[in-house]
Amino acid sequence: MPASAPRSVHAPAPPPVPPTAPDADAALLARLRAGDDAAYGELVRGQTPVLLRLARRLLRDEAEAREAVQDAFVAVFRNLAGFRGQARLSTWIYRIAVNACLARLRVRAAQPEVDVDALLPRFLPDGHAAEPSVPWRPDAALERSEVCARVRECIDRLPETYRTVVMLRDIEELTTEEAAAALGISPGAVKVRLHRARQALRALLDPWMREERA
Amino acid sequence: MTALPTCRELISFLHEYVAGELPPPQAALFEAHLARCPSCAAYLASYRRTVELEKEAFGAEPEEPPRELLDAVLAIRRR
Repeated sequence: MPASAPRSVHAPAPPPVPPTAPDADAALLARLRAGDDAAYGELVRGQTPVLLRLARRLLRDEAEAREAVQDAFVAVFRNLAGFRGQARLSTWIYRIAVNACLARLRVRAAQPEVDVDALLPRFLPDGHAAEPSVPWRPDAALERSEVCARVRECIDRLPETYRTVVMLRDIEELTTEEAAAALGISPGAVKVRLHRARQALRALLDPWMREERA
Repeated sequence: MTALPTCRELISFLHEYVAGELPPPQAALFEAHLARCPSCAAYLASYRRTVELEKEAFGAEPEEPPRELLDAVLAIRRR
Protein backbone atom coordinates (compact mmCIF):
# COMPACT_ATOMS: atom_id res chain seq x y z
CA MET A 1 0.00 0.00 0.00
CA PRO A 2 1.54 3.37 -0.92
CA ALA A 3 2.53 5.62 1.92
CA SER A 4 0.22 8.35 0.66
CA ALA A 5 -3.30 8.27 -0.70
CA PRO A 6 -4.08 5.90 -3.57
CA ARG A 7 -2.93 7.18 -6.95
CA SER A 8 -5.49 9.14 -8.93
CA VAL A 9 -6.76 7.50 -12.11
CA HIS A 10 -6.44 10.88 -13.84
CA ALA A 11 -2.69 11.26 -13.49
CA PRO A 12 -0.80 8.09 -12.60
CA ALA A 13 2.55 9.17 -11.30
CA PRO A 14 5.53 7.64 -13.09
CA PRO A 15 8.41 6.33 -11.02
CA PRO A 16 11.02 8.94 -10.11
CA VAL A 17 13.53 7.49 -12.59
CA PRO A 18 13.16 5.09 -15.46
CA PRO A 19 14.19 1.64 -14.18
CA THR A 20 17.22 0.10 -15.88
CA ALA A 21 18.18 -3.53 -15.63
CA PRO A 22 21.32 -4.16 -13.56
CA ASP A 23 23.01 -5.71 -16.62
CA ALA A 24 22.26 -2.66 -18.73
CA ASP A 25 23.56 -0.46 -15.89
CA ALA A 26 26.81 -2.40 -15.69
CA ALA A 27 27.30 -2.24 -19.46
CA LEU A 28 26.65 1.51 -19.60
CA LEU A 29 28.90 2.11 -16.60
CA ALA A 30 31.74 0.19 -18.26
CA ARG A 31 31.37 2.27 -21.42
CA LEU A 32 31.26 5.51 -19.42
CA ARG A 33 34.43 4.60 -17.52
CA ALA A 34 36.11 3.75 -20.82
CA GLY A 35 35.36 7.32 -21.96
CA ASP A 36 32.81 6.32 -24.60
CA ASP A 37 31.30 9.60 -25.92
CA ALA A 38 28.16 7.88 -27.17
CA ALA A 39 27.59 6.42 -23.71
CA TYR A 40 27.74 9.90 -22.17
CA GLY A 41 25.24 11.10 -24.71
CA GLU A 42 22.90 8.23 -23.86
CA LEU A 43 23.23 8.93 -20.14
CA VAL A 44 22.52 12.64 -20.50
CA ARG A 45 19.60 12.23 -22.92
CA GLY A 46 18.16 9.42 -20.80
CA GLN A 47 18.33 11.11 -17.40
CA THR A 48 17.83 14.82 -18.15
CA PRO A 49 14.02 14.73 -18.68
CA VAL A 50 13.31 13.30 -15.22
CA LEU A 51 15.95 15.48 -13.53
CA LEU A 52 14.63 18.63 -15.19
CA ARG A 53 11.07 17.80 -14.14
CA LEU A 54 12.27 17.27 -10.56
CA ALA A 55 14.21 20.54 -10.57
CA ARG A 56 11.29 22.50 -12.01
CA ARG A 57 9.03 21.12 -9.28
CA LEU A 58 11.41 21.92 -6.44
CA LEU A 59 12.81 25.25 -7.65
CA ARG A 60 9.83 26.74 -9.54
CA ASP A 61 12.21 28.72 -11.73
CA GLU A 62 13.21 27.54 -15.19
CA ALA A 63 16.67 29.09 -15.23
CA GLU A 64 17.52 27.76 -11.78
CA ALA A 65 16.12 24.35 -12.66
CA ARG A 66 18.39 24.10 -15.72
CA GLU A 67 21.39 25.21 -13.64
CA ALA A 68 20.57 22.63 -10.96
CA VAL A 69 20.50 19.90 -13.61
CA GLN A 70 23.94 21.01 -14.77
CA ASP A 71 25.15 21.11 -11.14
CA ALA A 72 23.94 17.53 -10.79
CA PHE A 73 25.79 16.30 -13.85
CA VAL A 74 28.97 18.04 -12.72
CA ALA A 75 28.76 15.95 -9.55
CA VAL A 76 27.86 12.82 -11.51
CA PHE A 77 30.82 13.10 -13.86
CA ARG A 78 33.17 13.95 -10.99
CA ASN A 79 32.07 10.98 -8.86
CA LEU A 80 31.42 8.38 -11.52
CA ALA A 81 34.73 6.63 -10.96
CA GLY A 82 33.81 6.08 -7.31
CA PHE A 83 30.29 4.74 -7.96
CA ARG A 84 30.23 1.16 -6.67
CA GLY A 85 26.78 0.04 -7.88
CA GLN A 86 25.26 0.27 -4.40
CA ALA A 87 22.10 1.53 -6.10
CA ARG A 88 20.82 1.69 -9.67
CA LEU A 89 22.80 4.22 -11.70
CA SER A 90 19.64 6.24 -12.40
CA THR A 91 18.70 6.23 -8.68
CA TRP A 92 22.17 7.46 -7.74
CA ILE A 93 21.98 10.26 -10.31
CA TYR A 94 18.47 11.20 -9.14
CA ARG A 95 19.66 11.52 -5.53
CA ILE A 96 22.50 13.78 -6.67
CA ALA A 97 19.94 15.95 -8.47
CA VAL A 98 17.74 16.16 -5.35
CA ASN A 99 20.77 17.37 -3.38
CA ALA A 100 21.65 19.88 -6.08
CA CYS A 101 18.15 21.34 -5.91
CA LEU A 102 18.09 21.43 -2.11
CA ALA A 103 21.47 23.19 -2.07
CA ARG A 104 20.01 25.95 -4.22
CA LEU A 105 16.92 26.20 -2.03
CA ARG A 106 19.06 26.64 1.08
CA VAL A 107 20.71 29.80 -0.25
CA ARG A 108 17.58 31.32 -1.66
CA ALA A 109 16.10 34.48 -0.17
CA ALA A 110 12.97 33.92 1.93
CA GLN A 111 9.68 34.11 0.01
CA PRO A 112 6.30 35.18 1.42
CA GLU A 113 4.84 32.13 3.16
CA VAL A 114 1.70 31.19 5.05
CA ASP A 115 1.77 30.39 8.76
CA VAL A 116 1.21 26.62 8.83
CA ASP A 117 0.21 26.61 12.50
CA ALA A 118 -2.66 28.95 11.73
CA LEU A 119 -3.97 26.49 9.14
CA LEU A 120 -4.03 23.40 11.36
CA PRO A 121 -7.42 22.29 12.73
CA ARG A 122 -8.38 23.55 16.18
CA PHE A 123 -10.11 21.52 18.86
CA LEU A 124 -12.28 22.10 21.90
CA PRO A 125 -11.09 20.99 25.36
CA ASP A 126 -13.13 17.79 24.99
CA GLY A 127 -11.28 16.87 21.77
CA HIS A 128 -14.08 17.70 19.32
CA ALA A 129 -13.30 19.80 16.26
CA ALA A 130 -13.82 23.49 16.97
CA GLU A 131 -15.10 23.97 13.41
CA PRO A 132 -16.76 20.86 11.91
CA SER A 133 -15.47 19.93 8.46
CA VAL A 134 -17.79 20.17 5.48
CA PRO A 135 -17.73 17.74 2.54
CA TRP A 136 -16.04 18.96 -0.63
CA ARG A 137 -17.86 19.34 -3.92
CA PRO A 138 -17.73 16.35 -6.25
CA ASP A 139 -15.11 16.51 -9.01
CA ALA A 140 -17.64 16.92 -11.79
CA ALA A 141 -18.55 20.34 -10.41
CA LEU A 142 -15.04 21.70 -10.93
CA GLU A 143 -13.00 22.68 -13.98
CA ARG A 144 -9.90 20.50 -13.89
CA SER A 145 -7.45 23.09 -15.20
CA GLU A 146 -8.71 25.59 -12.64
CA VAL A 147 -8.32 23.04 -9.84
CA CYS A 148 -4.75 22.23 -10.87
CA ALA A 149 -3.85 25.92 -11.05
CA ARG A 150 -5.36 26.53 -7.61
CA VAL A 151 -3.52 23.56 -6.10
CA ARG A 152 -0.19 24.71 -7.51
CA GLU A 153 -0.79 28.21 -6.20
CA CYS A 154 -1.58 26.88 -2.71
CA ILE A 155 1.48 24.63 -2.67
CA ASP A 156 3.62 27.62 -3.65
CA ARG A 157 2.37 29.45 -0.56
CA LEU A 158 3.60 26.77 1.85
CA PRO A 159 6.85 27.44 3.73
CA GLU A 160 9.81 26.01 1.83
CA THR A 161 10.47 23.21 4.35
CA TYR A 162 6.89 21.97 4.02
CA ARG A 163 6.66 22.45 0.27
CA THR A 164 9.81 20.43 -0.27
CA VAL A 165 8.50 17.50 1.77
CA VAL A 166 5.24 17.54 -0.20
CA MET A 167 7.17 17.54 -3.47
CA LEU A 168 9.54 14.75 -2.48
CA ARG A 169 6.97 12.48 -0.80
CA ASP A 170 3.64 13.07 -2.52
CA ILE A 171 4.78 14.18 -6.01
CA GLU A 172 8.16 12.52 -6.56
CA GLU A 173 7.02 9.57 -4.37
CA LEU A 174 10.26 9.07 -2.50
CA THR A 175 9.86 6.83 0.53
CA THR A 176 9.92 8.40 3.97
CA GLU A 177 13.46 7.10 4.47
CA GLU A 178 14.66 8.45 1.09
CA ALA A 179 13.14 11.87 1.77
CA ALA A 180 14.68 11.89 5.27
CA ALA A 181 18.12 11.08 3.86
CA ALA A 182 17.80 13.78 1.20
CA LEU A 183 16.65 16.41 3.68
CA GLY A 184 19.02 15.42 6.48
CA ILE A 185 16.19 14.94 8.98
CA SER A 186 14.73 11.90 10.74
CA PRO A 187 11.97 9.79 9.16
CA GLY A 188 9.74 10.83 12.06
CA ALA A 189 10.33 14.49 11.24
CA VAL A 190 9.44 13.81 7.60
CA LYS A 191 6.13 12.24 8.65
CA VAL A 192 5.25 15.12 10.97
CA ARG A 193 6.19 17.73 8.41
CA LEU A 194 4.26 15.96 5.63
CA HIS A 195 1.13 15.59 7.74
CA ARG A 196 1.21 19.29 8.74
CA ALA A 197 1.84 20.29 5.12
CA ARG A 198 -1.10 18.23 3.87
CA GLN A 199 -3.35 19.69 6.56
CA ALA A 200 -2.26 23.22 5.70
CA LEU A 201 -2.81 22.61 2.00
CA ARG A 202 -6.23 21.13 2.72
CA ALA A 203 -7.10 24.23 4.74
CA LEU A 204 -6.01 26.52 1.90
CA LEU A 205 -8.16 24.59 -0.58
CA ASP A 206 -11.15 24.11 1.71
CA PRO A 207 -12.97 27.45 1.24
CA TRP A 208 -12.90 26.93 -2.52
CA MET A 209 -13.63 23.21 -2.59
CA ARG A 210 -16.38 22.85 -0.04
CA GLU A 211 -19.99 22.31 -0.96
CA GLU A 212 -22.22 25.34 -0.81
CA ARG A 213 -24.31 25.44 2.33
CA ALA A 214 -28.07 25.28 1.80
CA MET B 1 -5.71 3.26 22.97
CA THR B 2 -8.78 1.19 23.89
CA ALA B 3 -11.49 3.84 23.91
CA LEU B 4 -12.73 5.59 20.79
CA PRO B 5 -10.33 8.36 19.80
CA THR B 6 -11.42 11.97 20.03
CA CYS B 7 -11.48 14.09 16.89
CA ARG B 8 -8.16 15.59 17.98
CA GLU B 9 -6.56 12.16 18.40
CA LEU B 10 -7.92 10.88 15.11
CA ILE B 11 -6.66 13.82 13.10
CA SER B 12 -3.29 13.69 14.88
CA PHE B 13 -2.79 10.13 13.64
CA LEU B 14 -4.49 10.59 10.30
CA HIS B 15 -1.22 10.28 8.37
CA GLU B 16 -0.56 6.86 9.86
CA TYR B 17 -4.16 5.77 9.26
CA VAL B 18 -4.10 6.81 5.58
CA ALA B 19 -0.73 5.09 5.13
CA GLY B 20 -2.08 1.87 6.62
CA GLU B 21 0.48 2.03 9.43
CA LEU B 22 -1.90 1.85 12.38
CA PRO B 23 -2.15 -1.47 14.21
CA PRO B 24 -5.45 -3.17 13.33
CA PRO B 25 -7.08 -2.64 16.74
CA GLN B 26 -6.32 1.08 16.58
CA ALA B 27 -7.47 1.31 12.97
CA ALA B 28 -10.74 -0.35 14.00
CA LEU B 29 -11.27 2.30 16.69
CA PHE B 30 -10.56 5.01 14.12
CA GLU B 31 -13.14 3.53 11.77
CA ALA B 32 -15.69 3.33 14.57
CA HIS B 33 -15.16 7.04 15.24
CA LEU B 34 -15.41 7.87 11.53
CA ALA B 35 -18.70 5.97 11.31
CA ARG B 36 -20.29 8.26 13.88
CA CYS B 37 -18.50 11.57 13.22
CA PRO B 38 -19.49 13.29 9.95
CA SER B 39 -16.94 16.05 10.55
CA CYS B 40 -13.98 13.67 10.78
CA ALA B 41 -15.31 11.60 7.87
CA ALA B 42 -15.45 14.78 5.77
CA TYR B 43 -11.97 15.80 6.95
CA LEU B 44 -10.53 12.40 6.00
CA ALA B 45 -12.14 12.51 2.55
CA SER B 46 -10.81 16.01 1.89
CA TYR B 47 -7.36 15.08 3.25
CA ARG B 48 -7.17 12.14 0.84
CA ARG B 49 -8.50 14.28 -1.99
CA THR B 50 -5.85 16.91 -1.23
CA VAL B 51 -3.10 14.36 -1.83
CA GLU B 52 -4.76 13.21 -5.06
CA LEU B 53 -5.04 16.81 -6.24
CA GLU B 54 -1.34 17.39 -5.56
CA LYS B 55 -0.48 14.47 -7.84
CA GLU B 56 -2.91 15.64 -10.52
CA ALA B 57 -1.49 19.16 -10.45
CA PHE B 58 2.08 17.90 -10.90
CA GLY B 59 1.52 14.62 -12.67
CA ALA B 60 2.98 15.60 -16.05
CA GLU B 61 5.22 13.17 -17.89
CA PRO B 62 8.85 14.28 -18.27
CA GLU B 63 9.19 16.52 -21.32
CA GLU B 64 11.91 16.45 -23.92
CA PRO B 65 14.50 18.85 -22.44
CA PRO B 66 15.66 21.90 -24.39
CA ARG B 67 18.47 21.16 -26.84
CA GLU B 68 20.64 23.89 -25.33
CA LEU B 69 20.45 22.22 -21.90
CA LEU B 70 21.59 18.87 -23.30
CA ASP B 71 24.42 20.62 -25.14
CA ALA B 72 25.42 22.48 -21.98
CA VAL B 73 25.53 19.27 -19.95
CA LEU B 74 27.58 17.43 -22.57
CA ALA B 75 29.95 20.41 -22.72
CA ILE B 76 30.59 19.97 -18.96
CA ARG B 77 32.24 16.66 -19.61
CA ARG B 78 34.43 18.10 -22.31
CA ARG B 79 35.89 20.73 -19.97
